[in-house]
Amino acid sequence: MKTELMSANYAASRAVVSARVEVVAAYPITPATTVPEQIALLNEQGIYKGQFIRVESEHSAMFACIGASSTGARAFTATSSNGLLLMDEGLHWAAAARLPIVLNNVNRSVSPSWNIHVTHDDSYSKRDTGWIQFYVASVDELYHTIIQSFKLAEDERVLMPVMVNSDGFVLSHTVSPYDHLEPEEVDKFLPPYTPPHWVMDPENPVSHGNIVFPEHYSEFRNMMHEGTKNALPVYTEIEKEYKKLFGKYFGGPIDCYKCDDADVVFTSQGSMGAEAKDAIDELREEGYKAGNARMRMIRPFPVDKIRELGSKVKAFASFDRGVSYGFGGPVANDIRSTMYHMKHRPMIKSYIGGLGGRDMAIPDIKAVILDTFKAVESGELGPEETWNDLKD
Amino acid sequence: MHWTCFHLVNEVNTEPTGKKDMPKTSYSKPSIGSTGKTGSWRTFDPMVNYDECNKCRTCWLHCPEAVISIGEDDFPVWDFDYCKGCGICAEVCPKKCIEMVRTSDAVGGSLPVGGSEG
Amino acid sequence: MVTTKEIPLKEYVLKGNAACAGCQDMVALRHAHKALEGDVIQVVPACCTSVVQSLWPKSGLAVPILNTAFMASAATASGVKAALKAKGNDHTMVMVWAGDGGTFDIGLQALSGALERRTDFLYICYNNQVYSNTGTQRSSATPLHAQTTTTWFGKTEPEKMLDMIIAAHEPVYQFTANTSYPRDLFDKFKKAQEFEGPKFGHIFLPCPQAWNYPVEKGVEIGKLGVETGYWIQWERVGDEFTLGKHSKRFQDPEKRKPIDEFLKMQGRFSHLYRPKRNDKKIREIEDFIQHRWDMLIRTFT
Repeated sequence: MKTELMSANYAASRAVVSARVEVVAAYPITPATTVPEQIALLNEQGIYKGQFIRVESEHSAMFACIGASSTGARAFTATSSNGLLLMDEGLHWAAAARLPIVLNNVNRSVSPSWNIHVTHDDSYSKRDTGWIQFYVASVDELYHTIIQSFKLAEDERVLMPVMVNSDGFVLSHTVSPYDHLEPEEVDKFLPPYTPPHWVMDPENPVSHGNIVFPEHYSEFRNMMHEGTKNALPVYTEIEKEYKKLFGKYFGGPIDCYKCDDADVVFTSQGSMGAEAKDAIDELREEGYKAGNARMRMIRPFPVDKIRELGSKVKAFASFDRGVSYGFGGPVANDIRSTMYHMKHRPMIKSYIGGLGGRDMAIPDIKAVILDTFKAVESGELGPEETWNDLKD
Repeated sequence: MHWTCFHLVNEVNTEPTGKKDMPKTSYSKPSIGSTGKTGSWRTFDPMVNYDECNKCRTCWLHCPEAVISIGEDDFPVWDFDYCKGCGICAEVCPKKCIEMVRTSDAVGGSLPVGGSEG
Repeated sequence: MVTTKEIPLKEYVLKGNAACAGCQDMVALRHAHKALEGDVIQVVPACCTSVVQSLWPKSGLAVPILNTAFMASAATASGVKAALKAKGNDHTMVMVWAGDGGTFDIGLQALSGALERRTDFLYICYNNQVYSNTGTQRSSATPLHAQTTTTWFGKTEPEKMLDMIIAAHEPVYQFTANTSYPRDLFDKFKKAQEFEGPKFGHIFLPCPQAWNYPVEKGVEIGKLGVETGYWIQWERVGDEFTLGKHSKRFQDPEKRKPIDEFLKMQGRFSHLYRPKRNDKKIREIEDFIQHRWDMLIRTFT
């Protein structure tokens, strides 16, 4: 292990080399572009030894990955925003075909209102595809989560594709240190991919994607659901092994900070979760019992962990950098439905903000948490969701 | 010698009853009769006059169903379990020795001359 | 040309599959696979062949088949080829088997991309000139004045000259074929195996459902397509163009059979003869046929 200084995109391309990916297919889109650029360079330099397909669209990128994975190769792609939306058909396809593809989505706003900065609307809109979804808060975490994701996706109990989300520009273009592993080191953790069920092979011909009548359709869909849900326990095992081998641990599906005795827990996805720790420290100094729960995984939704947290707190201040139009904060609503059947139901405040890359600094996060403290004190939930930084 | 593909699983795969005997995704194995005994689709049967047949295999060449095989004596043999009765063999036969006969009128009901290699 | 008796007896299209009676796609598939002899991975987008792939858990084809999304067959094939390369397999042919809708229309971008990347694969468009799997809607391969369920009174535009678009990508080998000439088709698949790089085959394929002709007439109608000059058999290795032996004599319009012989057999053109022959519209079809010949010969010779 060796510490390197790089942006998240550059580190993602290094994770592809470290994980011995066999096929990458990708198409440029800001802010993900430097991922395929770097893979191309590493490929031309002979450092990335797999195949790199310079496809003509994101739709083709995902389907080239589907073709490669169906032929037994470890496959990877990276994209952003409208690129992810164009892949949609393939996202559903990869999940239903149980192909362990890993995708680095560099979160970016969706056009129009053309904007290249971070919003989580792109990946939020893909929560129902079956893909496992991670959100990371640092370059180091992105690099290691990509490597872990191959192991998770390829586990026979899971066999579902994984999307690792990293915030556009905040992470993608910001240089910071990460601990690099050589492929030979990763070999100890990640064996070569062997498809456990079916593969395109002329020696043993099978046909994939045949018509399925209503008699069996639900069963296939139920097995997908189980596969995605299994990611929670399997990821716990993976993290344990990874920590033992490389000393790296990022906190499970929810990375908690000072939550144990907290009255109010702030939840968020992505890079904001790192800054929130500083906000918590300041609030603690000011006498507020606040905690930070950084949601690393939102599909499968870490139901048990949220219930455990929720049983101890007075309120969640749940922050979404994206919107389910007409219903509010996507993760806030997931937390609300997770807590509905519990005896102790804390107040769940939903905040929406930081859209289009609008800065969410420590004072902004503090203001959100203090607003929740105020609501707890008054006992009034207030609005269904609060657009935190809206200019009237 | 009956030429079909050798890596066939079997003719009738058992239908899965539920999740416990289903794979995780819908992959299929090569099977004869994947849509059942398609011979039941037939309304006309090809009847061959083997006295006239010159073993030219034109019927075999154009058969869309691969139901015609070449027997050991080099004569074409129809598999009536699966022949859909399209009549192309009769149309292309240069010797005009294949006749399409309404299924109920064919010799032996649905098993006319040529028999079944099933 | 291969003799009938030289064509292998082994079958890869399995009897009792879901194809319609008289389906010419099965003739094309049978002889394509006899030529390729099993060392192939076949990518199939939404089209009739995806139905012949059959109901889970059975397959009507004894080769590996990867079903994929309508617009994605060439991209999927690129991924399959890359995986084979990554694993050191340099012998297995990757073949797309797509209909005209999946090629002329929705799959064109992915196809263009894969050809431009010089992907080592064989793309086959089996052209029955209509979206037959969804119940015969017009595609950009549907001929002028043909009736479909989205052109009830006949299509008002002639078909796209796809072969010109493909040729502009300079495949290593490009051919047209016709299911009424299976031996010629067999030869072209054998030949395709000899080349490394992008290869494209365009197969003319009468469809009894969509064209509305008696099922047993599939071979006759395909031959009439050639004999009236409507369909042209040719191949091109690099820049070297060869007009097919079956089409050669029909380059001379005088030698062609009247187009009526081809049109009259098909229900989709029956409106051109009711209540009486529509001379103007039939003339337009003839003019387009000549235009296509002129374009082809002018461009490639």
